[in-house]
Amino acid sequence: MKYLILMQVDPEVLERLTEEQQRMIEEGHAAFMAKIKESGEFIATQALADPSQSKVVRARNGVPEVTDGPFAEAKEFLGGFYLVDVEDEARVLELAKMIPDASIDGLALEIRPVMFSDLGDL
Amino acid sequence: MTASPLRVDEGLWRDLVPQALARLLRTYGRDQIDLCEDAVQEALLAAHQQWAGQPPADPLAWLVTAARRRYIDLVRSDHRRREREAREALLALPLNGSESSAVDDSLLLLQLCCHPALPRSAQVALTLRAIAGLSTAQIANVYQLPESTVAQRITRAKRRIAELGGAVPRPGDVTERLPSVLDVLYVMFTEAHHTTIGEPAHDADLAAEAIRLARLLHAALPHDTEVSGLLALMLLTEARRPARVGADNRLIPLDEQDRRRWDQTLIAEGRALVERSVVGATPGPYLLQACIAALHAEAPDTASTDWSEILALYRLLEIVTDHRNPTIALNRIVAEAMVHGEEYALAHIDELAEQHPHLPRLAAVRAHLLDRLGRDDEAAVAYRQAIKQTRNIAEWRHLHTRLRRLLASP
Repeated sequence: MKYLILMQVDPEVLERLTEEQQRMIEEGHAAFMAKIKESGEFIATQALADPSQSKVVRARNGVPEVTDGPFAEAKEFLGGFYLVDVEDEARVLELAKMIPDASIDGLALEIRPVMFSDLGDL
Repeated sequence: MTASPLRVDEGLWRDLVPQALARLLRTYGRDQIDLCEDAVQEALLAAHQQWAGQPPADPLAWLVTAARRRYIDLVRSDHRRREREAREALLALPLNGSESSAVDDSLLLLQLCCHPALPRSAQVALTLRAIAGLSTAQIANVYQLPESTVAQRITRAKRRIAELGGAVPRPGDVTERLPSVLDVLYVMFTEAHHTTIGEPAHDADLAAEAIRLARLLHAALPHDTEVSGLLALMLLTEARRPARVGADNRLIPLDEQDRRRWDQTLIAEGRALVERSVVGATPGPYLLQACIAALHAEAPDTASTDWSEILALYRLLEIVTDHRNPTIALNRIVAEAMVHGEEYALAHIDELAEQHPHLPRLAAVRAHLLDRLGRDDEAAVAYRQAIKQTRNIAEWRHLHTRLRRLLASP
């Protein structure tokens, strides 16, 4: 079963991290990636730039229109994701808890089941 | 001269893979699946290059010889050589010299690949690779996973089997491992049916692979009624495939399918298997499901289907599975609606929902029942809930279609 692990980021929380916490997050993600590659559960991961760099395209009277800025103004935003393929929901929760963000107050992970995939020519 | 021999006669190649692998395992020991499988794959590659459309007189012997050479090279290059040789001496003996047929070989390999200690995804991947003869790339494409992920799963699975070495059964000693083999093949088959709709065309057909492997198993165990039941269930389900997907790639439910498009050859074969197996049998879950599929197959439409008999079979299925599977209960309720009416079925749906609030398809069944009763507002609520709950894109689209139809009706 494929799941997307969405990393919800709060910029204020990131600002207040200690150097040690920052290093723990970086090393933790590297170790997590190595681990799920070894177990045959890894599909992809991406980190996203700040939402202030976003453009939004939406229809106005049926015609696409481009505006600056994020889709929704919110304190938290999507910082990146992991796409994994696991046996069941219990396993994806187990994996999510291994991600360093899960041990930092103010950060959160959202786990969503995938309904359809096309990863191109594999 | 440019045509690849694999394209010309893929069936021959794919039959040779499990036979060659089984021969190697017999010689070198059953805990050697890791190296033996690699050796067979490399021998296959060599055969592709060297045969060039002109297979030798005895292709299997050629392949086995080439694979043995590759195996020896691999063992020599392995730093654990001495350890292996010691184990080889112990483990190779029981299988050495035993004459066996291709049918026994398939059975041995199926049991090895479907080892209960492996996770289901690894059992399926290994079975597709080692027995069905699919490449890692083909498996990756079917499951839309990176090739490295699939390769890693197969490597881990083979390593795990090697660790469990001594616990591998002999051909004929099937009772313990068989349920696992049947489940792996059925998962392979149902996954094919879940993924075909709305997905890009894949170059390997999982349903066809599952049926091919079930035929192998049936050839090895022709008197096992669960094996016959599984094969019949697959054939009878596969028979409906041409009618199950519409021109716009939409799922067409059973009651709306054009039954003239069902494959009558598959139905005849499936029904014959069922009829042969039910005589004097204590039916297991697969044979019971095949009986239900056969009743659907012989009915010209939903109205003239023998729903009373289907209901009785679902009740029996609940008993033989110790009432542990709520999806069977849900299907039983669908049959109850046809026999005793929607109101009766709704009461039972609500009971089931209390015990299993997140059961897949429950909200969808509830929505259909309310829809049929003309309770439009409640049906719309149930459709919306079903849309939220589903993880299947085909069902998601189908529920949206039904909801739109309901909202558009006066």
